[in-house]
Amino acid sequence: MSVLKYAPEALKNLFRPPVTTSYPFKPFEPADRTRGRIEIEIDQCIGCGMCVRACPSSALTVDKNAGKWTINRFDCIACGFCVEKCPKKCLSMQQFYQEPGPEKNEVTYTKSPEVLAEEARKREEAAKKAAEAKAAMEAKKAAEAAAAAKEEK
Amino acid sequence: MAEVICPENILEEIQLGELLPTVMEKKNAGMRLAQACAAFIDGKFELSYSFSDDKTYQLVTLRVVIDPSEEVPSITEIVPQAVFYENEMKELFGVKIQMITTDYKDKFYRIEEVAPFGPKKEDA
Amino acid sequence: MGKRSIIPYGPQHPVLPEPIHIDLVIEDERVIEAIPSVGFIHRGLESLVDRRDIHQLTYVIERTCGICSFGHGMGYCETMEDIFGVEVPKRAKFLRTIWFELSRMHSHLLWLGLLADAFGYENLFYQCWRIREKVLDLIEMTTGGRVIFSVNKIGGVLKDISPEHLRLIDSSIDDIKAELEVIKKTFIEDSTVQSRLRGIGIITKEQAHALGCAGPVARASGIRCDMRKRGYEAYQFLDFEPIISDAGDCFARCYCRLMEVFQSIDLIHQAIGMIPDETDISIDVKGNPTGESFIRIEQPRGEAVFYVKASGKPHIDRFRLRTPTFANLPGLCEMLKGAELSDVGLMVVTIDPCISCTER
Repeated sequence: MSVLKYAPEALKNLFRPPVTTSYPFKPFEPADRTRGRIEIEIDQCIGCGMCVRACPSSALTVDKNAGKWTINRFDCIACGFCVEKCPKKCLSMQQFYQEPGPEKNEVTYTKSPEVLAEEARKREEAAKKAAEAKAAMEAKKAAEAAAAAKEEK
Repeated sequence: MAEVICPENILEEIQLGELLPTVMEKKNAGMRLAQACAAFIDGKFELSYSFSDDKTYQLVTLRVVIDPSEEVPSITEIVPQAVFYENEMKELFGVKIQMITTDYKDKFYRIEEVAPFGPKKEDA
Repeated sequence: MGKRSIIPYGPQHPVLPEPIHIDLVIEDERVIEAIPSVGFIHRGLESLVDRRDIHQLTYVIERTCGICSFGHGMGYCETMEDIFGVEVPKRAKFLRTIWFELSRMHSHLLWLGLLADAFGYENLFYQCWRIREKVLDLIEMTTGGRVIFSVNKIGGVLKDISPEHLRLIDSSIDDIKAELEVIKKTFIEDSTVQSRLRGIGIITKEQAHALGCAGPVARASGIRCDMRKRGYEAYQFLDFEPIISDAGDCFARCYCRLMEVFQSIDLIHQAIGMIPDETDISIDVKGNPTGESFIRIEQPRGEAVFYVKASGKPHIDRFRLRTPTFANLPGLCEMLKGAELSDVGLMVVTIDPCISCTER
């Protein structure tokens, strides 16, 4: 038991350089795995909504037809569950943090016009195909019904 | 490698009348009240009192299922430290507990709503 | 007999890291009775089970607390794994253990700093937090978060630690140990620290048992109770003894936590030496389970009880988390009886109160 046990260390501290970094002048160095904020490669997105269902804080919304992906960055808790769930792996975790702001706001990402046009064309094609298939199915049914009616006669 | 002695946890379902004698029995067996909680499931309160045996790390849980209108005797006369658990049950779930040694009268959790986890007003 | 008066202590008080309110009934300078009340930051996390599915809950429950977050997420996952009846891969168990011990180190170092601050030793406070920063860097390197790890999932862990990072952790904690030795000497031998901590806030072994104290508070009173001895995760493979002190005063609680940092360093060395070289770190669980389970784990602050009741629906029926601070509140009230008013702040700090945990 004695006094001033820490004095030598405390004196040494006087001559050591500071352990903190002077942040705004020296940039912040994140680790490789730092969970900063979510980014999306919007043109890869298929609008499945897996991320919306996964999000624990309901920060995401997806509009499939309009090709829009919206995130409320101030609701996002950066848990990375959406990145984990994304089937196309178009979501990623970036190593820089969200900047602060005076109020909560949403950021919307929209697909580029070319991709949207391509998707609209595909949808139309699919709709056409579906309509054709439906018409064929109906014609087949009508023919069957007619055949059945004939047999009954 | 460290030896591990950890028997399975036990869940005993008991009637409301047996609660105090069983708690007394557990206390006399040298067990410590590890936790007590309520759950509101399908219109019934499920009260769980867990006792821990610190020598074998076994957890024995007493389960009492009651109607929301039934009154429960407090175990605080036997286990004084249950005060906080019972006040919590009372304030968050609205379980009717009689004779708590230190009854906070809805002042333990300083929240606006009365019994937020318990039965909704229209159900009662 | 002096005149009795009541002093409201908290929720805002310089020594309190988090808001707890205590009504102190005092006579002259002596506390006769202490009546705590909580609820200033009650967020109703337990009732979120109605609105979030079981996998989302991992992230919600992890955010119960900013310091012992990993343990909460891990305890919940373990409880769900018990209900699902699955066993996580062995490597995942070791990874969880390494992260859990790192989180114990940073929690205890934070607390040692707060204690030094509470008895007015600012320099020691800075040094504790400086060392803690190194632990946080290791955590950020391996998980991506500094205090919220988000690496647990039901059935294992999400991220692996590469062999280079394991080696780096192994060597870094040795450096940390060397720096801790200096601080240990000050905490244990310095007479100013001694005179402030010895013989204050004594809880005897019998009292600690009767009041249901948990964790370092119970161990400082001589109760050999450490939930890690229950053998969950990789603790069944590791060799350690709970750290016990007999005095039951503030110094004993400080001693227990200080030595537990060294114990954690030892456990991490052991775990890194034994970690199996597998690629499997998680298994998938599907569907909505039925059943209920109680799981207890040893958080930095003591024993935490997790209870989940599920009945095959997408949302579980009840989730309950009994946090260590809740168990230590009766002990605190007992400790405060008969104490000097000037020691109250110190005693509140020595149970390592985590009020956000307590109120959930």
